[in-house]
Amino acid sequence: MSKKIKSILATDCGSTTTKAVLIEWKEDRYRLTFRGEAPTTVEAPFEDVTKGVLNAVMEVEELSGRTILDGDKIITPDDGSKGVDIYVSTSSAGGGLQMMVAGVVKSMSGESAERAALGAGSIVMDVLASNDGRLPHEKITRIRQLRPDMILLSGGTDGGTTTHVMELAEILAAANPRPRLGQNYKLPVIYAGNNKAQDSIRETLGEISDLDIVDNIRPVLEQENLEPSRDKIHDLFMEHVMAQAPGYKKLMSWTDAPIMPTPGAVGSLIEMIAKKENISVVGVDIGGATTDIFSVFEGKFNRTVSANLGMSYSICNVLAESGLDNVLRWVPFDIDRSELTNRIGNKMIRPTTVPQSLEELVIEQAIAREALRLSFIQHKEFATSLKGVQSERTISDAFEQSSSGQSLVNMMDLDLLVGSGGVLSHAPRRQQSARMLIDAFMPEGITQLAVDSIFMMPQLGVLANIDKDELKEDASQAALEVFDNDCLIRLGTCVTPVGNAKPNSKMADVTLTFGDGSVKEIEINEGSLEMMEHPYEEVKVHIKPARGIDVGAGKGEELESVIYGGVVGLIFDGRNRPITLSKESDQRIDSLLNWSKAVDEYPKGEMF
Amino acid sequence: MAHSYTPGLKVLKKTIFKKERILPLKGDVLVKSGDQLTPDTIVASTNLPGNVQMLKVSNILNIDPKDVVEALQVKEGQEVKKGDIIAETSGIFGMFKSSVESPVDGTIESISQSTGRVVVREAPIPVEVDAYVSGVVDEVVENEGIVLKSNAAFIQGIFGIAGEKRGDLLLVSSGPGEELTADQITGDMKGKILIGGSFLSLDAYKKALSVQVAGIVVGGFNYYDLKAVLGYNLGVAITGTEKLNTALIVTEGYGSIPMSEATFSLLKENDGKAASINGATQIRAGVIRPEIVIPIDAGNTDDDSSSKMPEGIQEGSTVRVIRSPNFGKIGKVISLPAELNKMESETMVRVAEINIDGKNILIPRANLEMVETE
Repeated sequence: MSKKIKSILATDCGSTTTKAVLIEWKEDRYRLTFRGEAPTTVEAPFEDVTKGVLNAVMEVEELSGRTILDGDKIITPDDGSKGVDIYVSTSSAGGGLQMMVAGVVKSMSGESAERAALGAGSIVMDVLASNDGRLPHEKITRIRQLRPDMILLSGGTDGGTTTHVMELAEILAAANPRPRLGQNYKLPVIYAGNNKAQDSIRETLGEISDLDIVDNIRPVLEQENLEPSRDKIHDLFMEHVMAQAPGYKKLMSWTDAPIMPTPGAVGSLIEMIAKKENISVVGVDIGGATTDIFSVFEGKFNRTVSANLGMSYSICNVLAESGLDNVLRWVPFDIDRSELTNRIGNKMIRPTTVPQSLEELVIEQAIAREALRLSFIQHKEFATSLKGVQSERTISDAFEQSSSGQSLVNMMDLDLLVGSGGVLSHAPRRQQSARMLIDAFMPEGITQLAVDSIFMMPQLGVLANIDKDELKEDASQAALEVFDNDCLIRLGTCVTPVGNAKPNSKMADVTLTFGDGSVKEIEINEGSLEMMEHPYEEVKVHIKPARGIDVGAGKGEELESVIYGGVVGLIFDGRNRPITLSKESDQRIDSLLNWSKAVDEYPKGEMF
Repeated sequence: MAHSYTPGLKVLKKTIFKKERILPLKGDVLVKSGDQLTPDTIVASTNLPGNVQMLKVSNILNIDPKDVVEALQVKEGQEVKKGDIIAETSGIFGMFKSSVESPVDGTIESISQSTGRVVVREAPIPVEVDAYVSGVVDEVVENEGIVLKSNAAFIQGIFGIAGEKRGDLLLVSSGPGEELTADQITGDMKGKILIGGSFLSLDAYKKALSVQVAGIVVGGFNYYDLKAVLGYNLGVAITGTEKLNTALIVTEGYGSIPMSEATFSLLKENDGKAASINGATQIRAGVIRPEIVIPIDAGNTDDDSSSKMPEGIQEGSTVRVIRSPNFGKIGKVISLPAELNKMESETMVRVAEINIDGKNILIPRANLEMVETE
């Protein structure tokens, strides 16, 4: 089969590191062949992002023995011995994309605007709304203080009343905000509200801002239309924000597709995979300062950024928000509380240190569990069905207390949970990553677990978004094949029966039939955690839950399915949901030690 | 020779200190290149646009937004005083009039026919930027501010709270390992910058606040005591805007940790001299560390910043361990093995072999910090 694209170079310019990957067509599929990295060079003394890109690409050249650069130019196309066919890039350098959004009703157009901005890969600095309880002058002061990269203004359904959205526009006009970067250009404002107000909006904001008008984000209450706003945010990100950052004009001239904000690219990859495989997915990226969560449930994509939940810069905030007790419940030994807070404080002010002792590692992973748990709570609260929608109810619905605005996140429906970020990707044992994911996200039923070991999802995401007709097909095939073969490290599958069960009682009988025809029976008991080593291969599974217990087919209903092992294997989790630990210190420590032992989480010794 | 780079904090005896003093908005620069500056010299000033008051005229008068224009008694751009009538209905036969008064002195900025609102902007708010450190104007940034230059001793801390302060340095602790206690702080220390050793307790900091000490430089402070000072848990290390009389600069970290010899002796050398300090800290990309600037004789222009730039850890370097175990201990680098080593946590890292208290131990290089010695 002849391919239009034989080789792809992709880079991701992060705030500290620029990573480059080389993807090549190998006989029958695309594979990641080489990768390199170098420090990002956006800030002084270099102030030119392309220097870091070239350094990272040079590393790829050295490792692959292939010539890609001619001086400081990328050679295209691939002539068989040198050059690459296409080059793409993402960027989160310089603090990424920072936006402020505004909507008339906070939980309706405000939330839709926030969803569009987050989905595009932005950090949302604040949501202004007519009903947010702040007085006009307080809103104005806030807008002035924040200095966002751009503002998304929405509100009102098409043809409806314009008063409220105009009031917001007038507040923006009175604040006359300046953009974060560059003193000499006007702040980009996107209007995505009531179409009837477009002319008045032009009158009010046309002069003082760089105004763009797109289709309404909520044309009618029952419908959310995020695409036009998201696309416009991406365009403006390129035109304004990136163009202001040092060296980006040059970088933009090199790439074959627009540069995307890093989280926007990750989100679009996750969205594509969920669609292609028809599955529900949760992806998490836990960094030093923030934790990003992406999900697709019922075909709907959501992203949240927990701006101050991270493992170094904001580690103390994890402690402040979860409370010391919630962190310590995951630690199977006693420790002096005030000394521990000083230690965590020192990690915040010296963020690049690594855990040397086992004790430090256990504490760090305990904090990670809480950071992930809190971020996921925020995500569940945000990823909801549309609020403010009146639905017709029949008499049978009246008995169910469901209403609009319910969370879309249903752990029983979740098929794939992907983790990335240092604490998950670089944990000394993969079992530790699996445990952190399970303890924090608490999957139910059958859930496959994976980690993105080198955080390649951004580059694959931008690849999947190439829309040049002649390249589109090959590029998205490459993104999917590399995602499947090289990007993910499959940890295994977690099987969790859910329901009220007496302590230590049987929750389910599991029959596993392996590829070689051998059969194994397993019992899942309440409160237990078991692991069976098995590689990433198909296993037929038959699960018979006890009365009142659900494994995905309904309470007490048997389930037939196919599951996969991985570098950790198959995990059978009988712990109740939410996972609760005994208030008695001895019992709690006993449980923790048993669970760790069951999955071979930590090295054996004095502590374990 | 093998070496590794670690983020070292600057402790410089003599350097050419440069600082941008820039307005938040464009305005007037009041000094020119080469002018001598004292810390209090105002170098630039401007006016921030005043606050706005939004008056819902149509609501208050109970009329349609499009009828607001008819009821108005003012024009866009007109100045108004508090109590002036902004709009008034004609009433019935001149009776039962209702009106809207300006709540502030200001200017009518805009009148909206679509929402019936009138925007009154208050008088501009003047903003001034001072020199902060004594020195000379090195460069004028047109309409924005200046770059100041000064010959100074310069020390960075690891973490601080409260913004810019100035005062004379006053050595209180007699050695870098000594705690600065509450009873050592007395009323005559008002306006001074105190130099402590290893630790400052919450009580001692409160005492300093009460006698209006300008600042304290000390080795360590307890993380959990910050809550009592700030009123909230410090989640991320971004500080500088706290309204506190006494700035605190911690040079080593949280807990009781002896101040580094180099820092302590440089501060001691300058005991009694005027200094400018800033507790503002931002630990993110684009790091800001708290600083102590001590201007020294203008005639002496040697700059040791280049010779003292951290060269990275080398065999023989003196280093400090910055993470448990052995946190805060100082040792000498014996060797820097090239290969990755497995730690007790099973983390694979590049290490340094360090001699601490006569014993050789392997420690991840990421957990070490250079200690600059004279």
